[in-house]
Amino acid sequence: MPAVITARGLRKTYGNFTAVDGIDLEVEAGESFGLLGPNGAGKSTTMRMIGGTLDRDGGELAVLGLDPGTQGPQVRAHLGVVPQQDNLDEELRVRENIVMYGRYFGLSRDYLRDKSAELLAFAQLEAKAKDKVSALSGGMKRRLTIARGLVNEPRILLLDEPTTGLDPQARHILWDRLFRLKEAGTTLVVTTHFMDEAEQLCDRLIVVDHGRIMAQGSPASLIREHSTREVLELRFGSARNASVVAQLEGVGERQEVLPDRILVYAHDGEAALEQVTSRGLHPVTSLVRRASLEDVFLRLTGRSLVD
Amino acid sequence: MSAPGRGLAPGGGGAGEPGRDLAVPRHGIPRPAWLSSSASGNVGAVLERGLAVVRNQNWMVLASGFFEPVFYLLAMGVGMGSLVGTVTGPGGQPVEYAAYIAPALLATSAMNGAIYDSTWNVFFKLRFAKLYQAMLQTSLGPLDVALGEILMALFRGFLYALGFLGVIAALGLVTSWWSLLMVPAAVLIALGFAALGMGVTSYLTSFQQMDLINFALLPMFLFSATLYPIAVYPEWIQWVIMAMPLWHGVELMRQLSVGHLDALSGVHALYFVGMTLVGLVLTTLRLRALFLR
Repeated sequence: MPAVITARGLRKTYGNFTAVDGIDLEVEAGESFGLLGPNGAGKSTTMRMIGGTLDRDGGELAVLGLDPGTQGPQVRAHLGVVPQQDNLDEELRVRENIVMYGRYFGLSRDYLRDKSAELLAFAQLEAKAKDKVSALSGGMKRRLTIARGLVNEPRILLLDEPTTGLDPQARHILWDRLFRLKEAGTTLVVTTHFMDEAEQLCDRLIVVDHGRIMAQGSPASLIREHSTREVLELRFGSARNASVVAQLEGVGERQEVLPDRILVYAHDGEAALEQVTSRGLHPVTSLVRRASLEDVFLRLTGRSLVD
Repeated sequence: MSAPGRGLAPGGGGAGEPGRDLAVPRHGIPRPAWLSSSASGNVGAVLERGLAVVRNQNWMVLASGFFEPVFYLLAMGVGMGSLVGTVTGPGGQPVEYAAYIAPALLATSAMNGAIYDSTWNVFFKLRFAKLYQAMLQTSLGPLDVALGEILMALFRGFLYALGFLGVIAALGLVTSWWSLLMVPAAVLIALGFAALGMGVTSYLTSFQQMDLINFALLPMFLFSATLYPIAVYPEWIQWVIMAMPLWHGVELMRQLSVGHLDALSGVHALYFVGMTLVGLVLTTLRLRALFLR
């Protein structure tokens, strides 16, 4: 598969602050690629440089073989962009938002008449076509922003934190829509600080912190590499967690003490829990779960993703 | 329901190239790198958006800009004018006071309309509505956006000038066919202010700084020989006033209103041509600072 986005040593600085500090990445056509990391890790900055709406300060970058820094309009003709904060045109109606956005790409009115109907259906907003944008709910605005980003039939869709601020139901509707796009062959590039979102949407991802790549791979391979299969979560009460951990020596492969709980990394969580109780320790609550990207991030950075 | 895949695109011309009527890449015409990175040539779409908004808007918003100089004309020209009587107009001919200030008000309204669109409006769309952010996600470049917004300011200036000219003609305050040229003159004045206004806006980051614009405009309106002749000032103040753009607009309009043109009329017009060029160069240089940060 040919790479549609290639970055080498990508850098962006704001005064003394280095937002993106030498990122290398390669995104292949048709794949769903994720940038995972906490707020301020440099994900959005990277996205904006790829989209040609922010000039980079160093490194090489090619999107569809073109340089977004010097060929912005040509690159963006093939991109769909869904920014972190909706920037819908509040002075236009719902359908007009899609049509006018298409006009910015130089698309014909004839084409846009049919395309806007198709996209409104895709975004499940047919009934709202003539409404004001301000009358839409958060989830609807998000879907409209995505629909608008698809008007030029982009080869790559850039989604910056697509479901942040949405309720669980709205998130699932959105994931479903994005999954359909992926099935239809659109390359997706997604930034997120949600583990479940990264696991749902991404074939491959990079974990970013302080503007650098900490790890990369598929969600499953990252978990395999940096975590055990299962995790046992124990709560002894916030005062006791730190003192109890000494007595857990040898249970599972390793332990991680968080302010509110102890994580025991083990291939068999239930067996680990039996070991704990056999030592006469009785947690207030206990939970065995599959390891997630959250655990990978914790392992790599020593910090939780969502503070 | 299905995803909007390429194959489903009605009227689409195959993968990746849906029906473009204003083809973005222009093959065969070599363009310098700075231009291809800042423009697609699709200025029309920016203008189209502006007109669509005007269409959606309450017409009162547009009308308020038209009525402002009309109210000034009625209060100062007709009201105060009854105390003043006639004054000496261009070329030494006596004119009614209302006819004396009407061209000045037209110049001022062209200035105000252009400044409003190119500074406050641009600032708001840039910082709050994120409109330009959205436009620049598409194949539009910053130069397309800047030119489109300047053209929109001119369109507004054109409408106001046309309306105001109708009013003063109806009041019998124009005496020459030359006064028809006041409409293109208003557009020229608006162009100068819009181009420079957008360049200046690129340096401003807060509402406090935006207020400086109004702080500069009000005295310019009051003292640019709008309501009385420049001769009342000592000479050095006259030179300061004559360096300001509005004075040139006021004088040009006043000359056109009575059909008294001389070499100075050309100087006034050239002043705005120069101002436009400076504004466009500044705006172009600041484009990336303005839009791509």
